Amino acid sequence: MRLKSEALLFEQGQEGRQAWSLPALDCEDRSSEIKPELARSEKLGLPALSELEVVRHFTALSQKNYSIDGGFYPLGSCTMKYNPKINEEVASLSAFSSLHPLQESSTVQGALAVLDELERHLSSLTGFDRFTFQPSAGAQGELVGLLTIRAYHESRGDNSRTKILVPDAAHGTNPASATSAGFKTVEIKSDSRGNMDLDALKAALGDDVAGLMLTNPNTLGLFETNILEITRLVHEAGGLLYYDGANANAIIGQCRPGDMGFDVCHLNLHKTFSTPHGGGGPGSGPVGVKEFLVPFLPKPMVEKDDNGNFYWDDNRPASIGKVHAFYGNFAVALRALAYIKSLGGGGLREVSSHAVLNANYIRVKLQDDWEPAVNRSSMHEVVFSGRKQKHKYGVTTLDVAKRLIDLGYHPPTMYFPLIVEEALMIEPTETESKETLDSFIAAMKQISREMKESPELLKEAPVKQPIGRPDEARAARLPRLTFAALSKDKD
Amino acid sequence: MTKYIPHTSEDEQKMLAEMGLTRMSELFSEIPADLMLEEEPDLGPALSEYELRQYFRKLARQNVAGDNAAIFLGAGSYDHYIPAAVSALAGRSEFTTAYTPYQPEISQGTLQAIFEFQSYMTLLTGMDVSNASMYDGAMSLAEAVLMARAQSRRDHVLLAANIHPLYLETIKTYCVPHGITLDLLAYNETSGMLDTESIRSALKEDTAALVVALPSFHGIMQENLEEITSLVHNNKSLFIVSWDPTAAGLYKTPGSLGADIVTGEAQSLGQDLNFGGPYLGFIAVTEKLMRRLPGRIVGLSEDKDGRRAYVLTLQAREQHIRRDKATSNICTNQGLNALRAVIYLAFTGESGLREVAKQSYSKAHYLYDELLASGAWEKRFDGPFYKEFSLFYRGDCKLLNQALLDEGIIGGLRLSRVGDDESAYLIAVTEKRSREDMDRFVKIASTVYSAGKGGPK
Repeated sequence: MRLKSEALLFEQGQEGRQAWSLPALDCEDRSSEIKPELARSEKLGLPALSELEVVRHFTALSQKNYSIDGGFYPLGSCTMKYNPKINEEVASLSAFSSLHPLQESSTVQGALAVLDELERHLSSLTGFDRFTFQPSAGAQGELVGLLTIRAYHESRGDNSRTKILVPDAAHGTNPASATSAGFKTVEIKSDSRGNMDLDALKAALGDDVAGLMLTNPNTLGLFETNILEITRLVHEAGGLLYYDGANANAIIGQCRPGDMGFDVCHLNLHKTFSTPHGGGGPGSGPVGVKEFLVPFLPKPMVEKDDNGNFYWDDNRPASIGKVHAFYGNFAVALRALAYIKSLGGGGLREVSSHAVLNANYIRVKLQDDWEPAVNRSSMHEVVFSGRKQKHKYGVTTLDVAKRLIDLGYHPPTMYFPLIVEEALMIEPTETESKETLDSFIAAMKQISREMKESPELLKEAPVKQPIGRPDEARAARLPRLTFAALSKDKD
Repeated sequence: MTKYIPHTSEDEQKMLAEMGLTRMSELFSEIPADLMLEEEPDLGPALSEYELRQYFRKLARQNVAGDNAAIFLGAGSYDHYIPAAVSALAGRSEFTTAYTPYQPEISQGTLQAIFEFQSYMTLLTGMDVSNASMYDGAMSLAEAVLMARAQSRRDHVLLAANIHPLYLETIKTYCVPHGITLDLLAYNETSGMLDTESIRSALKEDTAALVVALPSFHGIMQENLEEITSLVHNNKSLFIVSWDPTAAGLYKTPGSLGADIVTGEAQSLGQDLNFGGPYLGFIAVTEKLMRRLPGRIVGLSEDKDGRRAYVLTLQAREQHIRRDKATSNICTNQGLNALRAVIYLAFTGESGLREVAKQSYSKAHYLYDELLASGAWEKRFDGPFYKEFSLFYRGDCKLLNQALLDEGIIGGLRLSRVGDDESAYLIAVTEKRSREDMDRFVKIASTVYSAGKGGPK
C-alpha cells in the first residue's frame, strides 16, 4: 500500500491565513513613498498557509524520503557515511551561525581559527601546503583547481597549453569543469587491469597539455599502481597534476596525494568528511595546492599577524579572483573540523581501512552472482557489470536497482563509470556493520535468484513506494517545471 | 573503538578470512610501500563528544555574534527573522541525510520540495522557469553572463558598476577563460543609478547582455526599467537582473518588466548568516532560455498508475550526461538551503513578505533621516533605496564601528574596504532592528563625530 500523494503548497491554504509573526512596526510606514512605476500592485500568487498546514506538509514530505538515518546507502563515489549529530550541534551554535561575513576581524577570531585549523589538518592529511574553502562543492573545486593551473602556465608566459587530460572513466564534472576553465578535454583510455593506459598517456602528452585530472583510487575503485610514473611523465611534459578527491575515503590517513606527485587537489567535505548531503547540498569542495601555486588561489586567504590575530588577506595580486561572494560554505567546513577532531589521525586511518574492508567483503560475497568489472581487489568501492544478466535474462541494472528499493535498500550507483556495461557501483563506507552488509548481500542474492525464476518482480518494481517508476521521457519532452504549468494543464 | 565504526575485532577477522587475508594492512598491498605513511597523521588527540562540545563552545566565545548584538551590516547578507519552524522542519534527518534524488521513487519528499522552490522563485522573480538552486548570488550571476553569451553568440557584456564588487570579481573569474569583454558601465554619482543615455551609447552590436542589480550594491532601486529593457531588447541583447527576492514584497518583479534572466541571493529567505555560507543562489529564465539553464531541474510526471511523480528532468543539459558540452559543471548545489527557503516562504506567504519588506524599508528610511538630521552624516545618493543605503560619515568610520561594538551594536560596512572613499559607509536595516537600536546608533555616531572634531589632529 503506497503512501498517499501530498498536495502542493499552492493547492493548500486560504486567503487570510497567516503563519508569520513579527513585532508591530515601531516607526512610520514609509512604503507608500515607493513610486508607482516601481511599486507592485498585482498579487504574487503565494499561498496563505497556517503553521500547522506547513508543518504537516513538510513532515509528510520527509516521510517519503530515503535517508542515511533511515537505511543503507551503498552509492559508489558518493561516500554516504553516517552524519554525526554532534557536528550539527556545533554548527548550530549561534555564535557561529549568527556571524555576518563582513564583520571586523576582531569580532570573528573564533570563525577564522576554525578555518585555519581545518586548513592545517587537511594539509597534513593530503600533503598540500595551503587550502581555500571558497568552492561550494567538488565541481567548483575542480574549476578553481583548473583555473589555478591555467594561471600558472600563463604566469610562465606559456599560452599554448589548451588541453586537459582525463581518464575515460572520469566523473562527468571533470570534462565539464575543464570546459568551464577554457580547456579542451582529451580522454585517455584505461587498460585491461582498469588502470590508466600508460602508452595512451604518453601519446597524448605534449606541450599543448596543461595537466591531467585523476582520482586515485579511480572510478573503478582501483588504485593507480603506476601513479608515480604517471605524475613523473606529466611533469616531464610540462603539465600539472590535479587530484579529484571524490575517492579520498579509500586512502585518508594511509597515503597522501601530495606525495604521489599531485600539484593541486579538491576534497569533498560532504563525502569523506561526513557533512550531510542535504538532498543535493550544501557541499564544500576545498582546494589544496603546493606552495608554488599558492599565489593563484582565490582571495581572501586566512592569515595570522605578528600579534597572533587572524585576518583576511586580500592583498593577493596573482589570485584568480573569486568564485563565491564570501568564503564558501563555512558552516559545512565547521562540521568537517568537528568530524576530524572526533577521530584524530589514527581514527581517520581506521576510516579508510574499514571502508576498504567493507567494499572488498561485498566484492568477494557477490562476485559469483555479478561479474566484477575488473578481476582485482578493490579499494573503497567495487564495480560490477550486469552485462551477463542483461543478455541472459533481459534484466538490466535498472531493474535490479528498482527491486532493491522494494527490499528496503537505496540502490548502488547505476551506469557509472561509462566504460562498464550495465555498471553497478557499490561503496558501503566504514560506518556500516557486518550485519548490514550481510543483509544487503542476502537481498542481492535473492534478486539474483528472482531474475531467473520470477523476473516480473524486478520489471514491475518498485511496488511498495509512494510511486512506481515515473515516466521520465515524458517529463523531458513536455516539461512541467512549476505549479503554473499544472494550472495550464487544466485549461 | 573508533567513533562511528561499528566493527569489532571479531567482525574484522571473519571478514578478512572471507577474502583470504589475516591483517587489515594487507588491504593496502597494492599501494607502493614508499607512499604508505609510516605514522598516523598528527592532528592532535581524538576528542570525546563531551570534549568536542567544550572545544567548539570555547572557540565560539571568541566571536561577537548577532544573536547578542544588533547588526547593521548588509552588502549581500541580511539579518532577517527566521521562524522556528524552518530549522525544525529542514533539520529532519530525512531531509538532511538524504542524497541527491536520482531514485525518484524514494525521494519524492526532496523532489516535491524542490518543485515548490522552483515555483516560488518564478513567482518572486516574475519569470517562467527556475532551477533547483545555485551556490550563491555571485556564482549565479556569473553563470547568467555565460548563458547570455552562449545564447547570443556575442562576446561583449555590459555590467553596471554599482553591482556588488564581490559579484563583479566573481563574474570576472568565470569569464576570463572565454574571451568575453566585460565593460563596467559607470553610474551617475548623484543619483546612484544608471542613466539611460549612458546605456544607449554603451550598447554595441556585439553586446550579449546588460547586467543590472536590483537593488544596487548601495541599496538603490534603479528607475526607468521599462525604458532600459526596450533599449536592451532593441539591440537584441539580453537583460540580466541580480535581484533581492524579498523586494518582491513591495516592488514589481524584474520578470514583469521584461528581464530575460533573473539571478540572485536568497540568503534572506530563511538562511542563517553562517559567516558567509552556505547561502542560496537562484537563476530563473524565460521559457525560451529553459534548455540553457545550468544545474538540476525538477519536473512533474506520472507513474503508470497516474500518480503524480516528481523527477529530475532535462538532464541532457547536465555534466553527468553531456560532460564537456554541459551547460555548466555544477553537480551538488544548495539543496537543503532551497528547502529552508520554501519553508520560510510557506510560513511568510504574500502578506508576510510584504510585511518584511515594508518594515525593512520603513526602518531603513527612519534611520536614514535621523542620521542626516544629526549632522554627523552627509547625503550621498538621491536615488530611491529599499533596505540599505550609503552615506558619508563626517567622523572616523573605524572609531565609529569600535564605539558601536562597545555598546553591543555591529555597525555597517566601511566602504573603504572595497576601495571606496574613507568616509563612505553602507548600512542595512531589517525588520529585526528596533527603533531603540536605531536611536542608539544615531547617538553613538554623533558622539564619536563630536569627540573627533574637538580632539587633537
